Formats: sequence, structure tokens, C-alpha cells
Amino acid sequence: MTVETIKRPSGLTALANPTRFLALVRVLLPIFTAIALVLLAVGLWMGFSVPDDYQQGRTVRIMFIHVPSVWMAMGAYMTMVSGALGVLVWRHPLADVAARAAAPIGAAFTFLGLATGSIWGRPMWGTWWVWDARLTSFLVLLIIYLGLIALWNSIEEPAKSSRMAAIAILIGALNIPIIRFSVEWFTTLHQGPSVVRAGGPSMAPEFLHPLLIMGLAFLFIFLALHLMAMRNEIMRRQIRTLQRKAAQSNRTGASRAEIAQ
Amino acid sequence: MIALLKRDLSLALRSGGGAVTALLFYLAVVVAMPFAIGPNTQLLATIGGATLWIGALLAGLLGLERLFQGDYEDGTLDQMMLMGGPLPAQVFAKCVAHWLVTGLPLTLSVPVFGLFLGMEGVAIQASMATLLVGTPAISFIGAVGAAVTVSLQRGGLLLSVLVLPLCIPVLIFGVGAVRAAVTDPDPFLPPFLLVISLSLFFAVIGPFGAALALRQGND
Repeated sequence: MTVETIKRPSGLTALANPTRFLALVRVLLPIFTAIALVLLAVGLWMGFSVPDDYQQGRTVRIMFIHVPSVWMAMGAYMTMVSGALGVLVWRHPLADVAARAAAPIGAAFTFLGLATGSIWGRPMWGTWWVWDARLTSFLVLLIIYLGLIALWNSIEEPAKSSRMAAIAILIGALNIPIIRFSVEWFTTLHQGPSVVRAGGPSMAPEFLHPLLIMGLAFLFIFLALHLMAMRNEIMRRQIRTLQRKAAQSNRTGASRAEIAQ
Repeated sequence: MIALLKRDLSLALRSGGGAVTALLFYLAVVVAMPFAIGPNTQLLATIGGATLWIGALLAGLLGLERLFQGDYEDGTLDQMMLMGGPLPAQVFAKCVAHWLVTGLPLTLSVPVFGLFLGMEGVAIQASMATLLVGTPAISFIGAVGAAVTVSLQRGGLLLSVLVLPLCIPVLIFGVGAVRAAVTDPDPFLPPFLLVISLSLFFAVIGPFGAALALRQGND
């Protein structure tokens, strides 16, 4: 099997070639976008047609945005973790691109999760914000995302910045299990898990089904956005390489190109 | 390792080394607090433990930027890597040195600052105990941040942004233990043991992570 993989690169190794990856993106992106749009439409329609909750009333519908956002905020971080492992272990050229592209999207989902949670918390808990373990650890996730983006931007040499960010990502990953289990370790205001838990979901099916569809919709939104961001990052790097080549080959124009940069 | 420890200590204790500066910074933070909150003795005593912890955290972060930077600039870091000994052990020695010149003096100065803040005897003892076992965690977590940002010209701010979120659990349990020591029903021991476990955990993770970052960044 190893001999075969050497002869003909398959799977992830084949995608190390950016041209091949971009070709794959061209095929996958419209499919993912279409799936995301259809699921989003179905999920939103189902979400809006659920009956009012007997305790929370109409505000229960915030859940259909809040919970999928939070799932994807953590999913994006796990994408970055696998990207970081790809950078450090396999030195896969696209791993850094994948990690870097996931960061702003993950930060956006984190912000969305915090914002919707806050809007939900105002009528339900009577406050916009409490220093609850789940909320605090999630705010920490946002800070970690922003710190990582700042780290990427502040190291100029691409190879070095990718490796340094990979280490920082792995250290920051300590926060993910804290978020997951914060509602079980500390009994505070935020409710415990009601979908992914031992003994099956504790939610009524008419709420659970739209939630799961919205979760899938957000998953495909993330995948589509992530592919787009990865494509942009690859193109940005290609442009940089082309600029360098142009500057090198045209010595008289070199100084001009540098000024233009 | 011992030689490295001695060298770092003597460097830090000479003038301009930063050990004294960290202590002065700590004093400044603690003194600024009553001005911000108002000279209400009771309130100050209540938040005393939190003030001491915040001050220790900030003072600890202040010196971290220089943990590897001086060695990086004059080439000592390259020599350390070429020396052949385990790099995590050397990082560990540097962290211990950093703690000895920041964390330990801050802990020892707690009785004085605690009196400033009008804290009770029990609270002062609890603060000293938690700071003693909690501040090493700051040095060890910070080592990773310092290693990642070592080649940056102005890495200090970024370092704080990267390291502070990871210090929050230590802060939570440290302050929690101090509060539990003063208020009666809450037990002091569980949060105190959690602080110890966090310090031990980061004493393992930190040096290895920092050594990895130093090796990866060396090119």
C-alpha cells in the first residue's frame, strides 16, 4: 500500500498540489453552497413554525441560531487544531492555509454565539451577561481566536508564522474541553447539555429536528466559507509569489515593484 | 541546568534586570487600587485577595517578554540548542529563574501589601499560600507565549493577549481559595488543590511547548 501511495499520491497528499485543490474547490463549493442554502431555508422555516415553548415562549427560537453557531465555533477550532497538527507533524502545505482560513470564520461564529446568547439571556435570565463558567470560557475562546489572528499577522515570514501559530493553537485547545464540560463541572446559570449527552437528547422532537437541520445547515455554511477562504488564501500566496518573480526577473523594475508593495 | 539557573538569577538581580522593577510594578498596582475604588477599608479588604492576584498576574506577564528575548538576540539561545542537553529542561530552568525573581518576591511581599489593603490575617495567609503555588503556573504558561513571540520586535502586548486567557483558570481558583478561606462555609482545600494541579500540569506542558516553539522558530 505504501508503494502505491508513493507512485500515485492519493487522498490528502494529492491535495498538496494547490492546482488540484483549487479544481476540487470548484466542484465542491457550489454543491456545499446549495446544500447550505436548502438546509438553511428548511431549518429556518421549521424553526419559525415550532409551537411556543411552555416556559420560554417565542424566544426559544433563538436556540436555532445560538446552538448551531456555538457548535461551529468549536468545530472551527477543531479544524484549526487538525490544521496545526498537519503543520507540525506532516508539514502539509495546505494545513496552514486551512488553519488560517478557519480562524476569522470561527471568531465570527463565536461572536454570533455570544451575541445571540446575550439576546436570549436578557428575557430568560434577566441579564445580558453573567460571569458564568460556560459564558466566560466561551469569551476566552473569542480572545484566543483574535490573539491567534494577531499572531499570524505579526510574524512576517510565512513558514515561521504558521509553525508558531500551530503551537499556540494546540496550547489554546485546552480551552475546548473546558467549554464542553463547564456546565457539568460547575453548576451555574447556563443549562446543561440537552442534545449530545449520555442517554439521548432530552429535548422534545419538534424542537430537536429543526435544531439538527440548522446544525447541518451551519456545518455546510462553514464548509463553504472555509473553502472560499482557503481558495482566497492560496490565491493571495500565488499573487505574492508572482510579484516576487516579477520583481526578480525585471531588475530595473525591481525597486518599483517594491515601492508598489 | 543549575548553571543556567544561576546565570539567569544573577542577570535578573543586577541593575536593570527586572526583578526589582516587577516588585515596584506590583506595589504600583496595589497602591493604585484604593485610588480607583475609594478608601473604603471594608471593601478593600473584601477584594484584597483579588487585587493581589491581579497584580501578581500583571507583574508576572511584564517580565515574560524578556524571558527568551535577550538570549535570542545575543545568540545564547542558539548555544543552548547546540549544547545537546534536553531543551525542555533548560526552558524549565529559565522558568524557575523567572519565578524566583517575580513570583516568589511577590508572594513574600504579600503580608506588607495585605496590611495596606486592610486584609485579615487568615486572608493574608491564604493569599500567600495560593500565590506561592499559583504563580509558577504563570511562568510556565508564559514560557510558551514568550517562545512563540520571541522573534517579534514588539511581542509583549501580543504575548499578554495569548497568555492571559490561559491564566484565567489559575486566577479563578486562586481568588476562589482566598475567598473561601475568609467566608466560613466554603472549603479552602478543593480550589487550593486545583491551583496546585494547574501549576503542576503547566510545569509539564509549558517547557515542552516552549522548547518546541523555540526549535521551530530557529532557522
